[in-house]
Amino acid sequence: MLTVKDLYVRVEDKEILKGINLQVNRGEVHAIMGPNGSGKSTLANVIAGKEGYEITGGEVTLDGKDLLDMLPEERAREGVFLAFQYPVEIPGVSNASFLKTALNEIRKHKGLEELDAMHFLKFMKEKMKMVGIDDNLINRPVNQGFSGGEKKRNEIFQLQMLQPTLAVLDETDSGLDIDALKVVSHGVNLFRNKDNAVVVVTHYQRLLNYIVPDFVHVLVSGRIVKSGGKELALELEDKGYDWVTNTVPAAETV
Amino acid sequence: MENTRSKDWYISSFKKIEESLNGESKTPFHELRKNAISKFEEFDFPTIKNEEWKYTNIAPLLKYNFKQVTGVKISKKDIEKFLIPGLKVNLAVIVNGNYVPELSHFYKQPSGVRIESFRNMVLNDPEFLMKYFGKYASIDNGFVALNTAFAFDGTVLYVPDGAIIEDYIHILNVSGAEGENVLSQPRNLVITGSNSKVRIIESYHSMADNENLTNVVNEVIVGENADVEIYKLQNENMKSFHVNRTQAYQNRGSVFTHYSVTFGGSIVRNDTNTLLDAENCTGNLYGLYLTEGSQHVDNHTLIDHAKPHCQSNEMYKGVLNDSSRGVFNGKVFVRVDAQKTNAYQSNKAILLTSDAMIDTKPQLEIYADDVKCSHGAAIGQLDEEAVFYLRSRGIGEELARTVLIRAFANDIFETLTSQILHDHLNHIVYAKLK
Repeated sequence: MLTVKDLYVRVEDKEILKGINLQVNRGEVHAIMGPNGSGKSTLANVIAGKEGYEITGGEVTLDGKDLLDMLPEERAREGVFLAFQYPVEIPGVSNASFLKTALNEIRKHKGLEELDAMHFLKFMKEKMKMVGIDDNLINRPVNQGFSGGEKKRNEIFQLQMLQPTLAVLDETDSGLDIDALKVVSHGVNLFRNKDNAVVVVTHYQRLLNYIVPDFVHVLVSGRIVKSGGKELALELEDKGYDWVTNTVPAAETV
Repeated sequence: MENTRSKDWYISSFKKIEESLNGESKTPFHELRKNAISKFEEFDFPTIKNEEWKYTNIAPLLKYNFKQVTGVKISKKDIEKFLIPGLKVNLAVIVNGNYVPELSHFYKQPSGVRIESFRNMVLNDPEFLMKYFGKYASIDNGFVALNTAFAFDGTVLYVPDGAIIEDYIHILNVSGAEGENVLSQPRNLVITGSNSKVRIIESYHSMADNENLTNVVNEVIVGENADVEIYKLQNENMKSFHVNRTQAYQNRGSVFTHYSVTFGGSIVRNDTNTLLDAENCTGNLYGLYLTEGSQHVDNHTLIDHAKPHCQSNEMYKGVLNDSSRGVFNGKVFVRVDAQKTNAYQSNKAILLTSDAMIDTKPQLEIYADDVKCSHGAAIGQLDEEAVFYLRSRGIGEELARTVLIRAFANDIFETLTSQILHDHLNHIVYAKLK
């Protein structure tokens, strides 16, 4: 479904991604792990279409469609969802009205009828129950005054509401205590099915105890230096990132 | 010089009106007008050399000979479109500065409440009027002098001790006449007793598409522990000139809340001032202006903390499009006696184009040492992180920006107690920012 081929990305003069290759199929969960500054978040942002990145080579496609040629909103309508590492606070826009607008924009794109207030509310109530989010957070402005855990939970709630085909979770575990981590992971696991895919970007193995990946890729200095099954994450946890960074040829780490 | 020529025009207009007054020209009340016109003679209209008018050049309005117009016929149907749908109000209709009783209506009020035309007061109860008139809005520039000299009509509201006015009082001002440049100078007086409560909507609209000048002065006396809210809504046509001086005087424990919302007008200047002259007062000044084309909107505010243990909150927001221009000058005085003052001021604006401009000047003068005062100003563009966040959820860029701008503006109405008024204002913002 998602194909990343030989992707090179720069920010200003600095090369961040240096030839990434990744194939994600329906029904799969991939974890991208790596130390700080390895380019994990850059990869997530480039897939979602954030500005400020210069693509100097390669391609990213979703079901054969060129993602890099699309605006962020077009990618979202095609089924890409980025759960933000730092969800943005939007004063004056209630969570509910934000999601209604977003959902209907996506439905319009798919040729579906827009949901009216009543049907939207019914749908939202179901999802609220599923993710364990209460009325209070729904009626408040988007993320405003939310705790770290509430913000992340809100991202997963949006994931459930918008039902994308590809969910990219950028450091969703950062700033979460163990209880919040369980709730958020539970939401992601409920989302998983044979028709969609999840890419989990994380520094720590911890999250992968709850969202169990099919594949683990280790990103170091803008390259995937190792790929494997879920046991690779445990091995990393045990041996630390030095274990893989040392496997990168010295000349290339400069 | 335009200034001198324009001044002469208003002085000769005054003389003409004076000649038609007969007996009234000999009354003590008229002496107050005569005093004001001689002050007007002393003043010039303010120019940009005057510090208080540095960013607002009123020269365009001096080109017109605005004149008082009476006898314009207007029906109930004509004003319907200016009413707030679904809101039950006591209605005072002012056409070209003159109170129109046939179009006004009031529900039964608690005993002692007076809602009547300024004209009526001048003729029938000038002693009462003169106890308050001109005691609060000092004649410190040409506009206040001109309004005071031409103080013939407007609305007077008296709310005695303990009286609570349930429904809003809507003072609805309409200006304009075919082929005329109309001068409207309503003069309003609000006097509230202790423990009273009243909410007033003061709205301005145009009938014809001409250049008109509306020059208003409001004096508001807020009684002990009284609660007075004023919602000023400027929705005149895009050629109009509008000058408004509102001066509140607060007694012990009172709350004065003022919203100033500006949508229309070519040049708009608001001076909204409150004097917290006793302990435990609260003064709230909120404002929103949405400008486009070549509109110029200047909001000057003064919160004068004269006594201890008072608090004030101020928040003004603007969204400026095209080559429009905004001015915000917010003064907060904390006088030497005003210990334990708590004053907060915030001023934010979004410039939608590179031609839009705002001059902003927060001005805190603090002479007491045990106070908490803060102010913040933020001028700029939309938060691009927020724009991306909305887009990443499938919302198109244009809609994302519109959603964020509307949210920025509507935030000012969050504290409104009336859902109907809240929705009405949101609706106007929604339509303006599409």
